[in-house]
Amino acid sequence: MHKKFLVLLSVLLVASFVFSSCAPAAEPVAEEPAAEEAVAEEAPAEPEEETIPTEFPRNETIYVSGAAWGPASTWNPFQPGSLANTTGTIGFVYEFLYNFDPQTGALTPWLAESGTWTDDTTFVVTLRPNMTWSDGEALTAEDVAYTFNLGKEYATIWFSPMWNYVESVTATSDKEVEFKLTAEPLFQEFENNLYNVPIVPKHLWEGKSEEDITVGANENPVGSGAYLYLANSEDRNIWVRNENWWGIDVFGEPAPKYIVDIRTSSNNVALGMVLKGELDLSNNFLPGVAEMADKGYVKTYYADAPYMLSANTAVLFLNTTIKPLDDAAFRRALAFAIDVPSIVNVAYAQLVKAASPSGLLPVLDRFVDQDVMAELGYSFDTAKAKQMLADAGYKDVDGDGFVETPDGETFELEVTCPNGWTDWMAAIDIIASSSQAAGINVKAAYPDQGAWNTELQGGTFNMTLNNWAAMSNTPWALYNLLFRHPIQEQMQSGNFGRYENQEMFDLVDALAEIPMSDEAAMQEACSNIQELMLTDMPMIPLWYNGLWAQYSDANWTNWPDENSANPTLPTTWSGYWQLGGLMTLINLEPAGE
Amino acid sequence: MKRYLLRKILIYLLTFFIAVTIDWMIPRFMPGDPIRNMLTRVSVSSNATAIQQMYDYYSHLFGLDLPLWQQYLNFWKSLFQGDLGISTYLFPTPVIDVIKRAVPYDIFLLLPAILLSWYAGNKFGAVAARSKRLDNTITPLSYILNATPYMWLGILLSWFFGIILGIFPIAGAYSYSLQPSFSWKFIGSVLHHWFLPFLSLFMVEFGGQAIGMRNMIIYELEADYSHYLGTLGAPQKLIRNYAFRNAILPQVTGLALKLGTIVAGALVTEVVFSYPGIGYLLLAAIQNQDYFLIQGCFLFIIVGVLIANFAIDIIYVLIDPRTRRGMTGETS
Repeated sequence: MHKKFLVLLSVLLVASFVFSSCAPAAEPVAEEPAAEEAVAEEAPAEPEEETIPTEFPRNETIYVSGAAWGPASTWNPFQPGSLANTTGTIGFVYEFLYNFDPQTGALTPWLAESGTWTDDTTFVVTLRPNMTWSDGEALTAEDVAYTFNLGKEYATIWFSPMWNYVESVTATSDKEVEFKLTAEPLFQEFENNLYNVPIVPKHLWEGKSEEDITVGANENPVGSGAYLYLANSEDRNIWVRNENWWGIDVFGEPAPKYIVDIRTSSNNVALGMVLKGELDLSNNFLPGVAEMADKGYVKTYYADAPYMLSANTAVLFLNTTIKPLDDAAFRRALAFAIDVPSIVNVAYAQLVKAASPSGLLPVLDRFVDQDVMAELGYSFDTAKAKQMLADAGYKDVDGDGFVETPDGETFELEVTCPNGWTDWMAAIDIIASSSQAAGINVKAAYPDQGAWNTELQGGTFNMTLNNWAAMSNTPWALYNLLFRHPIQEQMQSGNFGRYENQEMFDLVDALAEIPMSDEAAMQEACSNIQELMLTDMPMIPLWYNGLWAQYSDANWTNWPDENSANPTLPTTWSGYWQLGGLMTLINLEPAGE
Repeated sequence: MKRYLLRKILIYLLTFFIAVTIDWMIPRFMPGDPIRNMLTRVSVSSNATAIQQMYDYYSHLFGLDLPLWQQYLNFWKSLFQGDLGISTYLFPTPVIDVIKRAVPYDIFLLLPAILLSWYAGNKFGAVAARSKRLDNTITPLSYILNATPYMWLGILLSWFFGIILGIFPIAGAYSYSLQPSFSWKFIGSVLHHWFLPFLSLFMVEFGGQAIGMRNMIIYELEADYSHYLGTLGAPQKLIRNYAFRNAILPQVTGLALKLGTIVAGALVTEVVFSYPGIGYLLLAAIQNQDYFLIQGCFLFIIVGVLIANFAIDIIYVLIDPRTRRGMTGETS
């Protein structure tokens, strides 16, 4: 018995060991959607006329990958965070009042035909005529009002915080919805929600229990959008065009009839499939893609470096509660010590761009105060970093090649990212080595994703990378991530370094309350934030992660690129359909016609 | 026999209890928090209190807000009701459904690979042990195959047959342009996609089995009883038969244990060939601290290994007279 028990025990231990040490194999894109899913192989109930074909004709089907990282598990559009990842549920099936075009910075009316501020705090949305759900019922103002009111009823729905400044959302007629806000609303968040809250059909959701609404899997979703859920299995999700979509007359018909969204187990496989022409659009991070684009094997958004559009900012968060990271002078010196050019050229082989010190994406350039950047911005300069350290009293007293604090204490800092995120691992290696060159003792470490997440939110890290602010209509989205407040024991969605500065918090709050139409006021608020941010340097924006996309002209053409008249985003990531991902599908044309 | 079985069953029950307890404990000792991982990147619109509310809500949903001892008791309680809980990583799918959907792919891939490589490897090893020519050619090849890092072999196969020659697909369990149906086209596609992953597993397993069997046979042929039989003038064939029967014993144990762990999936194969299966999901579950999915997977592994062990106990009684003798010796 003794032996058997030992055998068992060792099987368990070895297995868990093997699995956890194999982690890098999965290699998630250090990036957007960590999708998940699962489920049954059955036809959706609602599109009666739609039977599942046994084969998808090549000239009617688009094959994509890079969005899903697990089998589909939920079609509930209200699932928060990384759960709402069944690619397409949000955007294909469920739609929004508005879409947002990150390239122009404009909100595009979608379900809404128009929206007007009738006074400072009343927003009236007029819906488009003749919209229907995929079960044939009409989509009316009642549905919109019902959806927003779910946030009032259930605190666990992610947009419920908007009810702190929303008084009421009512359907004043079949086509009109009136949003009444309180005296000091968060305009920036409000407009952000206009293109992020998915509208659900009242007639089907009314009868659901609280649990079904907040966490139910919502199999066989009925929505209003351009595609219907068709089928899925362990490694794919399949969508079919909604031939009765109301938007065909308004926006045009999406070219592919079928979308097969493939989950590959690793980026290498995606690369092979791109080479074989089995994928039309890959949104995986493929390190060697620059060379492939140069040789003409694949198309990318830019023909030259950086090849990819910028999707979000990789920010080095510094734990401001520990020595010597609690010292602004030290943090500023660190910003000069980091070799961002090597991260761009070596770790990413030119697939990314160095970030503006403001942290804002290029599409939000108009909110960057160039004077502040010129005065307080930073760039890689080891000599200057050394000088700044010396000026602040950091000197190498014991002769080990690394500086000590002004009190003469030695220190060693750790910079982390999740194990297996190969691009970030290469980047933090460069952060560590270039900091060491400037005399700052920094070591790189790669904890498992879960452990990293715990350290991040619990504030037990030294320095770590994070990029959780997605493309947005407002600079507030980034600053809300960077300066999330109040400081709590667990910081789940921002300000991981516990930067405590009431002046900054007030500035961010002030920005949140500026109406989107008042761009001058927003610019001023942003420039105040940037000035304080670069003086205090509580975190260091380093580079822009790319909107990874490589595509092929073999079966579908008219992809967006830098020369397009109205470029849209070539992406299938969840959360990006309403940012132009769907328009890309509408603009596509079959090859050879 | 009855006492023997009773004692065995008691031991297995005890082992099961301890192993399952460890299975429950290990994920909880890992750093990390399943709910926090689940709620990662809740939209920027949520404010701090709202996220805390959400956290509490989901913790309660999974019973993770209870004291540990209570969680442990609840775990056993639901286990006896056949409830393995709900996956946090694939929320809100029940763990049993996750396993039910993924494991068939592994069985389809691993069962033929294990059985065929076992059969062919042992046959070949036994022959190679007494054929100089074979021993000088294929045995070294087996060593090479067996020592090759599996990942590398898989990538090489996939690259050569999939990309250079282009005669085999490199991803998926069946063509991405097909929906499951009872047609020759679909069945052909399934086999087409199955072949490379199967071949990679078969090659590596085959090498290992062949080497093991060859060495065992040579060892048995050099044993005293073989020499004794030889001096008695027994025909070579008879001696070989005896040697084979002795040599096969450890191989049977190895086979049973391999079959017992099928439910663990074949992680590396799944990753290299992008083949669906439970291995990849288990890895993701571990990375996401999905206690329930980890527990569920290991539960099946524990049960699998125990059943395999039990089967070995029974089979040994049948194929190894010594065990039989020992049993009666003990009972008398």
